[in-house]
Amino acid sequence: MLEIKNLTCGYDAKFFLKDINLKIENRELVGIIGPNGSGKTTLLKGMTRVLKPKKGGIFLEGKNIAQMGFKELAKRIAVVSQSFETGFMSVEEFVLLGRIPHFERFQFLETKKDLEITRKCMMLTDTLRFKDRPISEISGGERQLALIARALAQEPKLLLLDEPTTHLDITHQVGILDLISRLNKELELTVIMVLHDLNLASEYCHRLVLINEGKMHKIGVPSQVLNYQTIEEIYKTVVLVEKNPVSSKPYILVVSEEERQKRKNG
Amino acid sequence: MKKKVISWILWISILCSLLLGIVLFSLCTGSAGISLKKILGVILEGRGTIEYSILFDIRLPRIILGFAVGGALSLAGVILQGMFRNPLVEPYTLGISGGAAIGVCLSIVLRLNRPLGILSMPISGFLGAALIILLIYTLSIRKGILKIQGLLLTGVMISFISSSLIMLIMSISRAEDLHGIIFWIMGSLEEPNWFLIKLASFIAIFGLAVSYLFCFSLNAFSLGEEEALHLGINVERTKRLLFILTSLLTGFSVSVAGIIGFIGLVVPHFIRMFVGNDHRILLISSFLCGAAFLIFCDTLARTVISPMELPVGVLTGILGGIFFVYALTKRQVALGRK
Repeated sequence: MLEIKNLTCGYDAKFFLKDINLKIENRELVGIIGPNGSGKTTLLKGMTRVLKPKKGGIFLEGKNIAQMGFKELAKRIAVVSQSFETGFMSVEEFVLLGRIPHFERFQFLETKKDLEITRKCMMLTDTLRFKDRPISEISGGERQLALIARALAQEPKLLLLDEPTTHLDITHQVGILDLISRLNKELELTVIMVLHDLNLASEYCHRLVLINEGKMHKIGVPSQVLNYQTIEEIYKTVVLVEKNPVSSKPYILVVSEEERQKRKNG
Repeated sequence: MKKKVISWILWISILCSLLLGIVLFSLCTGSAGISLKKILGVILEGRGTIEYSILFDIRLPRIILGFAVGGALSLAGVILQGMFRNPLVEPYTLGISGGAAIGVCLSIVLRLNRPLGILSMPISGFLGAALIILLIYTLSIRKGILKIQGLLLTGVMISFISSSLIMLIMSISRAEDLHGIIFWIMGSLEEPNWFLIKLASFIAIFGLAVSYLFCFSLNAFSLGEEEALHLGINVERTKRLLFILTSLLTGFSVSVAGIIGFIGLVVPHFIRMFVGNDHRILLISSFLCGAAFLIFCDTLARTVISPMELPVGVLTGILGGIFFVYALTKRQVALGRK
């Protein structure tokens, strides 16, 4: 599906990501994790062509994305970014923007098909109920849903998400990730998402990519990547890794300084 | 969807009839009042009467030029606002009009009309506008001055610099050029050359047609440049083409009609309140409304203190300036919330 070969890229003269090699299979749900400033979002930006690679390349189904047309790429890869600008429009109009890559050169109105697809995407994401409200006035959780609906309207094969659960309460976190994993299964979407929360990443992702200081540190199923040695080494934090009793995925527990001191002394 | 299209058609027809009404009003009013009924008679009678030449040699050219310049400036305003995602930018506040003005002044003083003919002013106006746009473009991209205050301040400074440069040019120019420059700076739709009027109309309508190729790109830009890229828009190329288009529209309008400020600010702002932010309807309705507004202002300008004539740029400047301050204070509230 997607192959990243020797990718080196970054902002201006600083090359932040160095020699990233990554292969993602069809219908996989992959999480990118790593400390703040480790290059997770930079990697995502490389995949969406916001940043140009300095070396190496990214190949989508065997084709280098640098040689694909912008529209062509947008029909295959959709991005849910942490954007704060929304303009002034209704939720429905916002989702309809996702159809832009499918418009013909001299087409000025949405076709029936566009409207049907938009409607379907809003149904899937449960955004239909507030479709007429202004996008600037809905809650954070609803916004995230609208962003996902817009990405789906592009009818992509690959969905990229940049921290889809930040600033959301636990209900919406689980809701969004359940939705993403449903989309992954039912629509056969390949999903790559940057996640901050290690427990959510462990629970939902098939494979995890751990990035540190612009380099790939480890890649594998959650139980391979998330062990306490790795986490303590990369995140410089003392943790306990247990098993989630229901899903038997690794679960990370943090310990406060006070408790650590107590242990030491006691 | 159908509802939307119907409401769009409705808005376009409302604006078209408004434009038509203002055109007729403008044809009728003036020092020699010719009533509507009489106009038909005059047209049927044909060439030769005094009324005929008042209508077709004096009033109609001004109306057509008002249509072209008003439409072009409003369109340039909408496009710039879409690109910078800010309702306060327009050719005048960004200093583009000032740049075009320097170009035109230089062409008057350097007598470029000898080698280039009547096209000297439009060409130099376009070059001046393009130069300023290029400057703003590099500043906003290279230095990242995308923040609106910075952009507007840069625009104001460019306007200051260009008006100082114009004064410098005036102070060293010959007396016979001086009159031309002053008259031209104040902005007027008085243009005796039919060819330029036709050319201006052609450029305005051409600009409107071309802008429609970018209506979805402009819609996508409202989410930010990165999101536009995600939606398959070639951001760099689109921006470059739109910059060229706006400098063509502004440069040409300014070089034919002088500095007519704030139209590109007032009109789109007003239109947005009614039709929303979808550029598919916003572009055409701003064009029509801008045309109607400028023809109306011009009619006022030539009748208010008749038989003397106010420069139309003064009128739009006063109206637009007041409006700008009003919009800015309103905007502060919105910015504060962010």
